[in-house]
Amino acid sequence: MSKEAGQTVPFGDPPRPPESRLSMALAFPFSAIVGQAEMKLAILIAAIDPSIGGVLVFGDRGTGKSTAVRALAALLPPMRAVIGCPYGCDPAAMADLCDSCKTRGGKSSRAKAVLKSHLVPVPVVDLPLGATEDRVVGSLDIERALSQGTKAFEPGLLARAHRGFLYIDEVNLLEDHLVDLLIDVAASGENVIEREGLSVRHPARFVLVGSGNPEEGELRPQLLDRFGLSVEVKTPTTIADRIEVVRRRDDYERDGAAFAAKWHKEDQRLRRLIISARARLAKVKVPDAALEHAAQLCMRLGTDGLRGELTLMRAARALAAFEADPVVGDAHLRRVAPPTLRHRLRRDPLDEAGSSVRVERALDEMFAT
Amino acid sequence: MTDIGGPAGAWADAVWAALLFSVAPHAVGGVALRAHAGPVRDQWLALLRRVLPAGSPMRRIPQHVADDRLLGGLDLAATLQAGRPVAQRGILAEADQGVVVLSMAERLPPGLAARVSAAIDTGEVVMARDGVALRNTARVGVVALDESALDDESPPAALLDRLAMHVDLRAIRLADTDMTAPCDAGQLASARLRLGAIQCGDAAIEALCVTALALGIASLRAPLLALQVARAAAALDGRLEVSQEDLVLAGRLVLAPRATALPAAEPPAKDAADNSDAEKSEESGEPATQQQELGAAAPLKDPDAAQPAAPDPGETLAETVLAAATASIPGGLLARIRPVGGELARPRSGGRAGVMQHATQHGRPAGVRRGEPRAGARLNIIATLRAAAPWQRLRRPAESGYMPDAGGARIQVRREDFHVTRFRQRAQTTTIFALDASGSAALHRLAEAKGAVELLLADCYVRRDRVAVIAFRGRNAEILLPPTRSLVRAKRSLAGLPGGGGTPLAAGIDAAAHLAQGVLRQGGTPLLVLLTDGRANVSRAGTGGREQAWQEALLAARALRAARLGAMLVDTSPQPQPAAQRLAAEMHAAYLPLPHAGAADLSAAVRSAVALR
Repeated sequence: MSKEAGQTVPFGDPPRPPESRLSMALAFPFSAIVGQAEMKLAILIAAIDPSIGGVLVFGDRGTGKSTAVRALAALLPPMRAVIGCPYGCDPAAMADLCDSCKTRGGKSSRAKAVLKSHLVPVPVVDLPLGATEDRVVGSLDIERALSQGTKAFEPGLLARAHRGFLYIDEVNLLEDHLVDLLIDVAASGENVIEREGLSVRHPARFVLVGSGNPEEGELRPQLLDRFGLSVEVKTPTTIADRIEVVRRRDDYERDGAAFAAKWHKEDQRLRRLIISARARLAKVKVPDAALEHAAQLCMRLGTDGLRGELTLMRAARALAAFEADPVVGDAHLRRVAPPTLRHRLRRDPLDEAGSSVRVERALDEMFAT
Repeated sequence: MTDIGGPAGAWADAVWAALLFSVAPHAVGGVALRAHAGPVRDQWLALLRRVLPAGSPMRRIPQHVADDRLLGGLDLAATLQAGRPVAQRGILAEADQGVVVLSMAERLPPGLAARVSAAIDTGEVVMARDGVALRNTARVGVVALDESALDDESPPAALLDRLAMHVDLRAIRLADTDMTAPCDAGQLASARLRLGAIQCGDAAIEALCVTALALGIASLRAPLLALQVARAAAALDGRLEVSQEDLVLAGRLVLAPRATALPAAEPPAKDAADNSDAEKSEESGEPATQQQELGAAAPLKDPDAAQPAAPDPGETLAETVLAAATASIPGGLLARIRPVGGELARPRSGGRAGVMQHATQHGRPAGVRRGEPRAGARLNIIATLRAAAPWQRLRRPAESGYMPDAGGARIQVRREDFHVTRFRQRAQTTTIFALDASGSAALHRLAEAKGAVELLLADCYVRRDRVAVIAFRGRNAEILLPPTRSLVRAKRSLAGLPGGGGTPLAAGIDAAAHLAQGVLRQGGTPLLVLLTDGRANVSRAGTGGREQAWQEALLAARALRAARLGAMLVDTSPQPQPAAQRLAAEMHAAYLPLPHAGAADLSAAVRSAVALR
């Protein structure tokens, strides 16, 4: 086996080794996904406003959960990153620079001029099953430890996912100690490594995307709470939709390149929509009436904490920006309420209705008049 | 093609499955082979070996495979020798373009199933372990050897869903097997070349989708895999277009074994289209736009245009495939499926919620000890290096002629330096409910017990604990809910809990003890909660007789005590019963009379019992 593994990321090398990225050439085009409107909308909203905090996709087998997430990478517009920084720091955000960029940038007023930057694709990093803790958080660089006996830090998957997306397929099969670790980093936006004699900290702000099948087990509430949006996908039941899914998937498997070319235009259109929605986002007005409605809805459903309200408001704003509406209205709230709130309800196992039904019920009651 | 039915027909189908699988192992995902270990299975595997291209890898994956062998990892010996990290490929990557065989797939841990499924989905294995990150192609096909004897065990559903053909060899005798393959190696080789060029009309796709839906198959992977199998069949036959025979064969091998429902009398395609059409036009009053939407989604045959007098060829094709698939649904399957209702039946889940625990590999690090990194133990590199450091000077002159290379002095690490990380895993509690569902335990009791189980589960997932449910009534006991953490599964299993009949108390205690032993073997802590009024009246043999049943129940209770299984008896009768008290004393269980307790009280009592342990 040649040495293609365990590369260190010294300054000057390309910051993100290709093996950490999802293979983009193979990805099924996002716009070619049939139906699943709620899942697609949730993913787009998370792409427009990453501060919403991630998407959880739960549902039946064979409904294209992971296909949709893997398709996301192609939609994201590239971002500006400091050349040579292992974490892909944003040269425009002074406060968030990693330690080495801060040192190199000198005084914060000049940092932008000193740090050279280039455009890179937004990372969508796969957390593979069976990944060990040392590769997730980063660890001692074995090569240097073995050959030179020096202590050097080798960044892990969390470093690569900084400013991008971290995707966990079969999230409910994740081992407990990894779950704890992710919960901590996702909340603080910083990865602190204290192991193997290393003491390193670096920014790790990423959007968590998880998918899984509820039959394999439940998620811990603390992890559920880290996801801004939660979507339930169901297998399509109309014969026309099912035929179309099979047909497109078959076309894609037979000639992936031709299929991607066919949908390229549509994907580009979505990409432009995301870019313009991001630009509009700050200008979208959230009137007091909308805030009040959001608060009322959360009270009616008895969601814990303020995170529900905040996410509901942000998601509604992102939706308004996406649809080029200048003001957030009840219609936006209604559409984003199920994915923002359904995983935040307090569990009542004796209530036969699922949480989606409870959210719908509350919405109907509220907006009936 | 071949005649269906009878062992010879079943063997012929099994041969077809082997041939089609060998044409495109990765494209069709694989074969789930339900058979006892024995000569018939060996014959099939030998046949598969023969029809696969010469030299293509065929690797067996044992149940206890460690991640570093399955996915790849650090090659320790080579790493230490070379003084730099050397990665090794895992079995999945080594079997690229070939086949992996999973033995005892019915006992496959969900984590292993998920790793293999990922390789089937993406055709590669991504590994991030032990300080190395690798991405290798692994376009493998999977043969899952399923030896399950009963219907309540099966390979994980996530894996089964991805294996195109489900073959059952159990009814086949060795005399029925015939090792002559209907094709020679040349035909197979040209079929592999031809595969990419096989054309497939819309009517064929439609036929498979309609058939899958009519048989109540929810997953969309089923029709997709059936399409791949039909393509392989066409390629094998030397054609460039998928024909009706190919579709019929695919329906029989791929769709029929997955059936969860029998098709309704009317062809469902028309049905669905008509219904949705009627509903939509009622609601919107604008059938034209709806029609357009449908058309945009798929150029489906317009339901209005299709005159019943002149059925179009797509419709007949679908009907033919459906009829053939229905005819070949195995007899045993018919017993547990019902005529199709309005919605899709959910697939039976084979997924076990609890991940099997290997104390040496997972959990929180709990210190370091000296030892060799084998059998899954993880090497702690810093401790190993630290142990090696003081000896470097001493070791160097011992090796005469050794020159450290120019890049810097190499560290010499020897076997005695090895340190591995120890891990600690919190023991998982599995609460086993044994419910008396007989006539004497009133029906509302069952509702309360169900409520208690669900409340406990809601609480359990916070602590990562599991719950199982056994019900006993009539003549025997059955496991309603195998140990799980999933509320979704629990609700579904408990929804159809029947009541009434005699009280086979001994059988109930036996079943619970059996399950508890299984939990113990997996390294968990079982807690038994028996809900009964203690009025046994059915013996182990399934016959009536109060005295006999009572004596047996006492025996079972003593066996429980001898096995030192933690237990608790909840007396469900209106007044505390001496029989139940006696039983609790015999099994050394806490006795808890709960005459008027609701679900909340019951779950609180159990919770405190768990906390005490």
